[in-house]
Amino acid sequence: MVSYIFRRTLMAIPLLLGITILSFAIIKAAPGGPVAMLMDPKMKASDREKFEEKYGLNDPVYVQYFKWLGNMAKGDFGESLIKRGTPVSELILNRLPNTLLLMTVSFLLAVLIAIPIGIYSAMRPYSPLDYTFTVGSFLGVATPNFWFGLILIMFFSVTLGWFPTGGVATLNAPFSLWDRIHHLILPALVLATADLAALTRYTRSSMLDVLKQDYIRTAKSKGFKEKKVVIKHGIRNGMIPIITLFGLMLPSFIGGAAITEKVFAWPGLGQLFIDSAFQRDYPVIMALTVISAVFVVIGNLLADILYAIFDPRIEY
Amino acid sequence: MTALLEVKNLKTYFKKKKVNIPAVDGVDLKINKGETVALVGESGSGKSITSLSIMRLIPSPPGEIVDGEILFDGKDIVKLTENDMCKIRGNDISMIFQEPMTSLNPVLTIGEQIIEVLMYHQKMSKSTARNRAIEMLELVGFSRAKALIDDYPHRLSGGMRQRVMIAIAMSCNPKLLIADEPTTALDVTIQAQILDLMKDLSKKSDTSILIITHDLGVVSEVADRVVVMYCGQVVEEASVDDLFDEPLHPYTTGLMGSIPSLDGDVERLYSIEGTVPPPEHFPVGCRFAPRCPHAFDRCRNEDPSLITIKGSRSVRCFLHGDKEATL
Ligand SMILES: Nc1ncnc2c1ncn2[C@@H]1O[C@H](COP(=O)(O)OP(=O)(O)OP(=O)(O)O)[C@@H](O)[C@H]1O
Ligand code: SF4
Ligand SMILES: [Mg+2]
Repeated sequence: MVSYIFRRTLMAIPLLLGITILSFAIIKAAPGGPVAMLMDPKMKASDREKFEEKYGLNDPVYVQYFKWLGNMAKGDFGESLIKRGTPVSELILNRLPNTLLLMTVSFLLAVLIAIPIGIYSAMRPYSPLDYTFTVGSFLGVATPNFWFGLILIMFFSVTLGWFPTGGVATLNAPFSLWDRIHHLILPALVLATADLAALTRYTRSSMLDVLKQDYIRTAKSKGFKEKKVVIKHGIRNGMIPIITLFGLMLPSFIGGAAITEKVFAWPGLGQLFIDSAFQRDYPVIMALTVISAVFVVIGNLLADILYAIFDPRIEY
Repeated sequence: MTALLEVKNLKTYFKKKKVNIPAVDGVDLKINKGETVALVGESGSGKSITSLSIMRLIPSPPGEIVDGEILFDGKDIVKLTENDMCKIRGNDISMIFQEPMTSLNPVLTIGEQIIEVLMYHQKMSKSTARNRAIEMLELVGFSRAKALIDDYPHRLSGGMRQRVMIAIAMSCNPKLLIADEPTTALDVTIQAQILDLMKDLSKKSDTSILIITHDLGVVSEVADRVVVMYCGQVVEEASVDDLFDEPLHPYTTGLMGSIPSLDGDVERLYSIEGTVPPPEHFPVGCRFAPRCPHAFDRCRNEDPSLITIKGSRSVRCFLHGDKEATL
């Protein structure tokens, strides 16, 4: 197992390289640049050249790429072009915990709600509750995050005043756990909805399939009550196909988080990504791309490890 | 001999789009203590639904036992609550299935799948149950039971898995073992081993067996008595010797013609012309009439009833018994 994880990690390196090359090329191909964003109409052409010279923006793209790659290998992601003088790593480290917190909480929320609902629906298919959950999850899938977020803010924060409209904590207030949770609830809920809905559907269909299997009939023939049959003989088998989904969901949370973070003014990586993309802040974009790619790799690796834990038929 | 199981006028119907599908339509069946009874008939004649009704494992909806009694040890199973039925399943009545490859849970160890039954019904501690599971595995012929117990089913062949199923089914010393085509999926040499094993175990523990099969070779090998089913009804019932000496029902005669003979005369395999009609299209009158070489007018208008002949066997056919009496 350990050697398998090691091998898988090694195999991820070419993948990561490929991702960085592609993203570098795409970013450079996009029109505009940091200079245009920063440009002061009064800025002299010579100053502009100096700026471009300093940050190597005039070098051929492949030279820029290898310089960047070399620095990154040393752990240096460079400096932000927009917030000049601030190391990219500092920008990211400041925001990473916020994003991780939001992602983890909404992931747990999605899993803890979706799986029991999916299992119930599979046990009582076509029951009134099952139909209710089905309609609910289609709405959940179909509702765009930003819209749902805005609706929640309007209703719960603006009209009712139950929740803050955004941010991670009340500004200039001493740390308080309740305050943090209070700020977290709405964005976590919004970020969870789409995946929650999809996960419910997948759990339902996977469990429906499992409950038709011969070994479930065997379990019933042993005299076990329905609950025990489902919990002991059904769930573990039903979770096996869901695990792949976990692996895929992890990176998708970053994409989903970008919009949610923007709506809730949540100072996380997603927001940073949107801002730096608009400002063509190349070093920041690249660093975030690498981090997302690493998340993809970790997600897949975690899924494979979980697979091995859940399914004894898999051997390494 | 006292009856362990007595099925009386069992009717199990499936309700689909307002039509009733009479999969089992008035079955009578008796199994004495220690006896092995074979239930035979072509595919679709209702054998599995009969046995699942006895286990109360009919998928519901759409299936439902609509009429009849299933007396087990004097109690009517049909009337038991699900909770009470759970105490009987796997303990007093257990079942093995036709599909050994898929009947074991792939994510639980073989040991766990035996131990859980013992802990549940016999209230054994985990370690006692584990020892008993090893014993059971040895009993069904595994020499390295101690190692096998922590293995997962995917490493085992079909025959080995069926033996594990037997170990599970027999672990609580059931009074009745229902085996629904336990050897159909296995190759011939393994079939014989499994049948021997079942015979052996039933003798040792005085377990009655209801074995379902459409293989009359299997019947002659293991059964004391035979019940022949056609279209959801019993058409003939007799001791093995009587049945093979002199089959009374034309359907039984047809089935016998279908036994592949030892010299490999395979052409006789499908000697009953036509196929079993689906339950929603059972013919009026004798259900076998459209395929029966002896059918006459009365057969197409009137239901023959199951009548006892010579005190020890019964048949559902106008050719036998007092033809005039029922007119
Ligand atoms: N879930 C169901 N819904 C509707 N009809 C069913 C269902 N299950 C079984 N039946 C019907 O019941 C009839 C009897 O089925 P059963 O499985 O008992 O046959 P069998 O004698 O065991 O045949 P085989 O030898 O193929 O196992 C079949 O004609 C089938 O169409
Ligand atoms: S009752 Fe008539 S049709 Fe039915 S089996 Fe007997 S002879 Fe054939
Ligand atoms: Mg069957």
